[in-house]
Amino acid sequence: MTRYIVRRILQGIVLLFIISIVLFVLMRNMGDPIATMGGRSVTKPKDRERLTCLFGLDQPLYLQYVYWLVGNDWTEARDCDGDGIAENQGRLRGVLRGDFGTSLMNRGRPALDIIGERLPNTLLLTIPSEIIVIIISLLIGIYSALKQYTIVDHIVTGVTFVGYSMPIFLIALLSMYTFGVLFKRWGLPYLPTTGMFDPTIGKTPAQYALHLVLPLFSLTVIAVAGYSRYVRSTMLEVLGQDYIRTARSKGLPRQEILFIHALKNASLPLITIVGLDLPFLLAGALVTEGIFAWAGMGHLFIEHVSRGDTPVVMGILMMIALAVIVFQIITDITYAWLDPRIRFD
Amino acid sequence: MDETLKSPLTVPGGISVEEREAPPLTLRDMFLRRFRRHTMAMVGIVTLVLLVIYAFGGALIFPEDYARHNDLDHALEAPSSAHPFGTDSNGRDILARTVYGGQVSLIIGLSAAFLEIVVGVLIGAIAGYYGGIIDSVLMRFAEAMLIIPQIFLLLVMAKFFAGKIPDVTIFGHTSSGSVIVIVVIIGLTSWMYTSRIVRAEFLSIKEREFVLAARATGTRISEIIFGHILPNSIAPIIVSATLGVANAILSEAYISFLGLGVQGTTPTWGNMLEKAYQYIESAYWLWTFPGLLIILTVLSINFVGDGLRDALDPRSRAV
Repeated sequence: MTRYIVRRILQGIVLLFIISIVLFVLMRNMGDPIATMGGRSVTKPKDRERLTCLFGLDQPLYLQYVYWLVGNDWTEARDCDGDGIAENQGRLRGVLRGDFGTSLMNRGRPALDIIGERLPNTLLLTIPSEIIVIIISLLIGIYSALKQYTIVDHIVTGVTFVGYSMPIFLIALLSMYTFGVLFKRWGLPYLPTTGMFDPTIGKTPAQYALHLVLPLFSLTVIAVAGYSRYVRSTMLEVLGQDYIRTARSKGLPRQEILFIHALKNASLPLITIVGLDLPFLLAGALVTEGIFAWAGMGHLFIEHVSRGDTPVVMGILMMIALAVIVFQIITDITYAWLDPRIRFD
Repeated sequence: MDETLKSPLTVPGGISVEEREAPPLTLRDMFLRRFRRHTMAMVGIVTLVLLVIYAFGGALIFPEDYARHNDLDHALEAPSSAHPFGTDSNGRDILARTVYGGQVSLIIGLSAAFLEIVVGVLIGAIAGYYGGIIDSVLMRFAEAMLIIPQIFLLLVMAKFFAGKIPDVTIFGHTSSGSVIVIVVIIGLTSWMYTSRIVRAEFLSIKEREFVLAARATGTRISEIIFGHILPNSIAPIIVSATLGVANAILSEAYISFLGLGVQGTTPTWGNMLEKAYQYIESAYWLWTFPGLLIILTVLSINFVGDGLRDALDPRSRAV
């Protein structure tokens, strides 16, 4: 087992490097950060030259990648404004030393600061969402499995299916429209639709909670629909097994059969998919955050990608990459640990 | 001689047992029986057939120019007898646009799912059968594709191919070349789940005796994979393919909503929703009809997929 873990970790490191190269190359083709640096007007050609040299954007691609990785404070200073004196000493320490560079869009703010500002907002949205999703889909899935093909099963199935079949932005817009706009029009107590808190009231936990309701609802509906079907089918599969029949014929109480024997075995696949979903909690929900003006990672990503802000985008992507690799390894190991029939050699 | 071959049991009423025995059920019969029991799946199939008739048969009622015909005098009209679904901001009839949009959306969904299944099955089969280093490399590759966000790839492709892909002409009507970019990107970013499922199936099936027998008689590897193991693992692939179509249609809508969808005047259900974003309150008909059609299509496909899953899985409790 240890050998397997070590092997996976080594593979993960190699993978991280390769991904970082691929993403870096893709990112460099993405738009022109210099274009917006002129303030309210388009950057003048002379300034453009100087800025390109200042940010190291005129150097060959592989060199830019190397500087991103290990920094350029060990290189010689370059001359950037044509006066013959080299004064542009690089100040990046490189990713391997923990420095993700400064944002091209936000004029020198460290990339990690920008990400760190938005990350808690995203986690505030995605972690409660995941918890609620797991609890509700377990409940719905188990109930559906026990009462397969009854009326309640059909109704629950129908509702979850409809939720599953809607595009997320449609759910977000509809819930915003119904609970925010229509309720207000009809004089009912309505939920706030945008932002994370009301500026006149301030950043109280109550405000956060109130503004969380709609985005949380939109995110959970689809996930609950998907997961509950999955729980239902694995429960059905487990309940049809021989050992459950033995337990029943031994006269064990129903609760015990369900939760100790059946659920333990049915939860294995669920753990796998939850484990695979966890890293994307960091990535945030692009469209939902956009529609509800929730200042999170997804929104950050879109803003900075279209402007070609490499340091920040690479920071986000590498963080997600690391999370995916780590969680995949953890999930595979947990799965092997929980199910003694699986061996990985 | 005949006496000994007849079954000794006779039921009161004079009918002998062997006359009452039904022929054994074939796999296909069992599948159909269990599928028909799933009401929602049957409803799903009927709805899908109706939707396909709507999208492709509607072309016989509305000529394509009608769907692209700008008539600014009649922009943003509510549903009326002249325009049953209303008109959009350019004065185009929404009913006709949903017909042609449906064609494009359905074709995108089917092609992307097809691409995804082909890639997923190939990679999963090779990884599952060979194991070892090949398996590790392919699974790490799948992880890498999981990490690269779909939106990111689309943005890059959109910038890269901006204006370079010519309009495509299929079946006599032209559409923007960005359709191909979208199909390829959706296909290339969704094969990972299929490949994991196929790999799991291959890992368990390749230990069975008939595979061992095939190897012992010297069958070529490609024949073992495609002729022996693959047909036995077809069930989850079918389910995955069906759900893949649904996901592709939803992805297309999502991508269009972000503005990266099919460009130009080609309508799809997705980019009709994108244009309707600003008119949520004022002109509900802009987004209600394409939205409803997307929901109906995806819902039916999901029901059919669920029915297939219930019917093809030999281990579930039903029947």
